[in-house]
Amino acid sequence: MGRTLSTKEDAGALFHSLRSAYAATPVNLKIIDLYVGFAIFTALIQVVYMAMVGSFPFNSFLSGVLSCVGTAVLAVCLRIQVNKENKEFKDLPPERAFADFVLCNLVLHLVIMNFLG
Amino acid sequence: MARRLAGFLVLLLVVSICEAAFLFQPISDSHRSAALELFTPDHGSFKSLEETYEALRTFQILGIEKKPDLTATACRSISETVGSSSSTAKDLFYALKANSIAECKIDKKASKGIISRLNASVSGASSLLDFYYSVGGLVLIKDQSSEADVHLADAEGVFRSVKAFSQSDGRWRYSSNNPESSAFAAGIALETLAGIVSLASSEIDQSLISTLKNDIIKLFDSIEKYDDGALYFDDKLVDGHEYQGPLSTTSSVLRGLTAFAAVTAENLNLPGDKMLGLAKFFLGICVPGDAKDFFNQIDSLACLESNRVSIPLILSFPSTVLSLTRKDSLKVGVSTVLGSEVPSLTVKLVGAFSSGSKDASLVESQELNFDKASGLYILNGLPKSIDVGSYTFVFEVVLHEPEHEEVYFMGSQTKVPISVTGLIKVENSEIAVLDSDLGSIESQKKLDLAGKNAISLSANHLQKLRLSFQLTTPHGRSFKPHQAFLKLRHESKVEHIFVVGNSGKQFEIVLNFLGLVEKFFYLSGKYDMELTIGDAAMENSLLVAIGHIELDLPEAPEKAPRPPPQPVDPYSRYGPKAEITHIFRAPEKRPPQELSLAFLGLTILPLLGFLIGLLRLGVNLKNFPTKPVPATFAVLFHVGIGAVLLLYVFFWVKLDLFQTLKLLGFLGVFLVFVGHRILSHLAAASAKLKSA
Repeated sequence: MGRTLSTKEDAGALFHSLRSAYAATPVNLKIIDLYVGFAIFTALIQVVYMAMVGSFPFNSFLSGVLSCVGTAVLAVCLRIQVNKENKEFKDLPPERAFADFVLCNLVLHLVIMNFLG
Repeated sequence: MARRLAGFLVLLLVVSICEAAFLFQPISDSHRSAALELFTPDHGSFKSLEETYEALRTFQILGIEKKPDLTATACRSISETVGSSSSTAKDLFYALKANSIAECKIDKKASKGIISRLNASVSGASSLLDFYYSVGGLVLIKDQSSEADVHLADAEGVFRSVKAFSQSDGRWRYSSNNPESSAFAAGIALETLAGIVSLASSEIDQSLISTLKNDIIKLFDSIEKYDDGALYFDDKLVDGHEYQGPLSTTSSVLRGLTAFAAVTAENLNLPGDKMLGLAKFFLGICVPGDAKDFFNQIDSLACLESNRVSIPLILSFPSTVLSLTRKDSLKVGVSTVLGSEVPSLTVKLVGAFSSGSKDASLVESQELNFDKASGLYILNGLPKSIDVGSYTFVFEVVLHEPEHEEVYFMGSQTKVPISVTGLIKVENSEIAVLDSDLGSIESQKKLDLAGKNAISLSANHLQKLRLSFQLTTPHGRSFKPHQAFLKLRHESKVEHIFVVGNSGKQFEIVLNFLGLVEKFFYLSGKYDMELTIGDAAMENSLLVAIGHIELDLPEAPEKAPRPPPQPVDPYSRYGPKAEITHIFRAPEKRPPQELSLAFLGLTILPLLGFLIGLLRLGVNLKNFPTKPVPATFAVLFHVGIGAVLLLYVFFWVKLDLFQTLKLLGFLGVFLVFVGHRILSHLAAASAKLKSA
């Protein structure tokens, strides 16, 4: 093969393959990914707001951001546990993982609500 | 109530008059009014016969008229006590004592009964007080009743038994059991022994009486002394009950002594100055505030007034401050302690000494003239050598009849502090500003220190201020007052006081401002000048404002001392203070509300994005259980989660952590239960599907 691919074409090809691979993921994983994206996006908007107006009620800022980040982390954990291709968690029923996710989220949000002020 | 107040004011006035040490006033009308105040019976009668006797005796000595109702109530209680068969010797004793003054009639049968009871009491007596009351009672009834035949059967035996209580130091014990002895008991014992001697039908052995004389001499060895010459007896405070206090003790000893002196023909060989010292003690009390103390004082003074040892005579002075301006004469009174007349005598002024100096006397020995009208001895005209000031005058009293010297005692010499006051002439007063180097006068003004002055001077720090005046006494001598001050007060109320020194009559002060610049704190400006000349002997002491002086002082260097802070108006210290405004932390700047709301909207956006994404993914609810039981659980599961989230919203808005946790506990249990059911159902369903 003598044909040298340019970086740009490489990037485009990489992107395409990622996209097609992603399309193959099961729907429930996609839901979880969407949820994570939503949480991170909310956190970003809060940080931008803080950058604009200053961090006066700092505890409120922290609780807001950490709520988003925390729930994103828990969702990621759920995705790991629910993913069928993950051999580690083969024996864990997905409902159990979901129950853990719900419980951890409720505890996280109790703490967040307390810290919110 | 008003009478009590008046009496109290009288007491207060008398106490204030009586403060002069070395000067003892004989008994006067102030005592009489005080007596009437102190001895007021409760509802017409006193609490006990002892108090009745004390009141009657005090009124008798002071010459106060006997009140008929008082006598009547006294007689009633006396006859009651005398007639009752349960009266003790003590009751009878005081009843008879009161009767000796009230003079009520006691019938023959009663007096016979008393005599026999007292005789029995004497034979059965074991303690000093038993003897005292019974023997005393017998002496009194002997005088009061018509029975002539009152005597002690075994007088010598009784004498010896009383004598057995005596001790070697002159004090007496109360009984053979009690080892404590006191001078008070000695007085009682002497009275008892005097009574025994007077009741004895036959002569008592003279040796007994001689030993008693020695006891009295030994008792007087323990006499105590105050600085002003007063002598008194006091017992050691051993037991609170028995302790009587110096007044009671001294009066008891004096009573015993005079009673004993009255019954013996022998001379007691007691020096007269002891009696004079005792008189000074009693007179020095002035007017006591207690009825018992009052009685003790008056009764003792009555003993001193007429006794067989020696009668002390007192010098009294209506005034010890003489004014040269008013041409006062020195007046001296001589009387007994109760203020009665004395036999003819001469009062001599032996010497006068200036206070604090040991020089020779300023006057020659001279006699004072007796003025029949006032009963006082007067020195007409103070000699020229007595000028303004304080002196100690020394007097001597000489009795005319030599035999009176046995009876009366005057003391050798009496020293009395006398103050002489007068007008001091202030002359030649002038104030001047001098130039420092040359001493030449820049400005000079005459002052009139007696009248108003409004001198206005000015000086700078290179000049001097000179103030001078002359002080002369009425007799033309130089005079150095206690206070001669010049005060300079700045406008800012900083004051400086200087003492004006003198040489002879001339008083002068020179203020060299060059040296005083630092003392004045470099304050330039107007200084008010004030001169003070004062002395106790100066009748025209003055505090006069001279005027003011403008001082021009150099600027203060940096390290110069600041003037001390002037005292503020004392009331402003308690006035309202400056109001404190609490400065709170400025609140943080908040972003504009529109921006916050905009971002609130922006935050909702990702959620919308999530929901839209879910829809695009083709999310469905096909796995929702259709069978009723699981369906309910599913619904309850979602409701439970919603409820918890709602609880969190309430937590943020209203509730506190404890309430939230409590509710969360309930909801959590419910949720766990329901969640477990539905999820296990779902798990079972998917497992079935997989295996199928």
